[in-house]
Amino acid sequence: MTRLEAIARNIRKDTLDLIVRGKAPHIGPSFSIVEILVALYFKCLNISPGKSRNRERDRFILSKGHSCAALYAVLARKGFISRQVLRGFSADGGTLEHHPTRDLGRGIEASTGSLGHGLSIGAGMALAAKRDRMKHRIFVLLSDGETDEGSVWETALFSSHHKLDNLVAIVDCNSLQALGKTRDILNLEPFAAKWRSFGWSTREVNGHNLGQLVNAFNKVPFRAKKPSMIVARTSKGRGVSFMEDQVLWHYRCPDKTECERASREILG
Amino acid sequence: MRGTFIRTLEKMAKADKNIFLLTADLGYKLFDNFRDNYPDRFVNVGVAESNMIGVAAGLALSGKNVYCYSMVPFLTMRTFEQIRVDLCYHNLGVKLVGVGGGLVYGLEGMTHQAIEDISIMRSLPNMTVTAPGDPAEVECLIEESVRYKGPLYIRLGKDRDPVVHETAPDFKIGRGIVLKRGKKAVLFAAGNVLPAAKAAVEALEENGLSITLVSMHTIKPIDKKLVIECARRTKAVFTVEEHSLIGGLGSAVAEIIAESGEKVIFRRIALPDAYSKYMGSSGYLRKKYGLTPQAIANRITKELKKK
Repeated sequence: MTRLEAIARNIRKDTLDLIVRGKAPHIGPSFSIVEILVALYFKCLNISPGKSRNRERDRFILSKGHSCAALYAVLARKGFISRQVLRGFSADGGTLEHHPTRDLGRGIEASTGSLGHGLSIGAGMALAAKRDRMKHRIFVLLSDGETDEGSVWETALFSSHHKLDNLVAIVDCNSLQALGKTRDILNLEPFAAKWRSFGWSTREVNGHNLGQLVNAFNKVPFRAKKPSMIVARTSKGRGVSFMEDQVLWHYRCPDKTECERASREILG
Repeated sequence: MRGTFIRTLEKMAKADKNIFLLTADLGYKLFDNFRDNYPDRFVNVGVAESNMIGVAAGLALSGKNVYCYSMVPFLTMRTFEQIRVDLCYHNLGVKLVGVGGGLVYGLEGMTHQAIEDISIMRSLPNMTVTAPGDPAEVECLIEESVRYKGPLYIRLGKDRDPVVHETAPDFKIGRGIVLKRGKKAVLFAAGNVLPAAKAAVEALEENGLSITLVSMHTIKPIDKKLVIECARRTKAVFTVEEHSLIGGLGSAVAEIIAESGEKVIFRRIALPDAYSKYMGSSGYLRKKYGLTPQAIANRITKELKKK
């Protein structure tokens, strides 16, 4: 097991613990982004707790805000969030809700939770960076279901028109949305081709393969003067056999037995 | 008003390099100077208002001072949830400049008329809601807006709005401007109805009814102190606006009066809670809906006679 794989395993376990302790939903969509977050935070993003307000830092926006348990687990391991703050997840009078609120001290760049907002905010940040001739990059993680939103496509047009090659969108293509399969509800395919036709340069990767993810992140922008889109093919509920590809785990919080089983599978 | 808006903003943008102007493909010829002088700080985002608000938020989170321009309905209603989450929840100092408040775009029809915007914007936490009454107020407001904290909605008329203030008004966001003192009643006016309100008050004066006239250019936060003071002095309170009866200036003043314990006559002069059943220019629609100087004066006279 590589260093990154070990980190991903720990993050998945931390995410499970957070969700179970908080009796929170969204374990499935949190598990599908674990490797994406690990590759970004432990290998690619230029950010650290001591520099969380530096103008030169890279920005990360979790546009699919409902998956924030995994993000909180990462931010805790990176030292942005203390154990005490983490304990306030999903608690009355606590600290961290089921969708993130901007708090630079905690490493959270934007308040999200309503789908179809994060990419526009990221495009605004990317435009500001271009105007200021700064070199940092803006990464935005969306869900595939989220791209049903028309606002996403407004931003897709805008970002290529303005040549925002400092903007990187990653779509967690786990093929499931709130009520079923994306291909049954509102078909998105051919997905990467749609983005290319909107003027983006695209890469398709296995979203659980850390090597492929790091490789893709290190190569952005894939083409000068074009925004980059990484289509990450993932599995919702990844890492726990009975959760994988099941809509149920968008909502359900594991009970004690399920938690123990999940824990064993994650830790191997 | 919009000419004054852009001339003032150009002046401010010369001194403040952080000022950005975004438009959703509206304002023909209006922005040519701004675009030519500050090409890096002007963006026509296309007919995509929701994205405009998100981009404005991203710019503001990067330290920019952003003004967004469109017609009132597209600026405030198409984009409502972006305004709510991206601007209000983050409490960003983005300015929303809407052209065509009320019946300004009369003949364009329902889609372009704006009778619900003040109500909608007023409901948002952190949002400040303004409707300047004439170009002089617009100039003061834009100057003050540059350093204003938090999201700010600016409801403009359009072109050729008459000047009401002959000298520079004593303008401050959140404070009403008393244009004239009178004892029989107070009339609070918001937005481009101010010239009609002033003419109405002058007509009443000629008939021996002396009325206090206030330009209530800020509807939120409303100047509570001034409302109560005027109510106490005159015992008869009227509001006038080119907006639906629901949720605008009339509602804001009513909330204060109701809780103040003052026993006063209170009447709202506004548009009904309905889309216009008439078709016509703004002038025609104002006649139909009782928003001309004569109709406003008649209404006040009638209500005061009942006293």
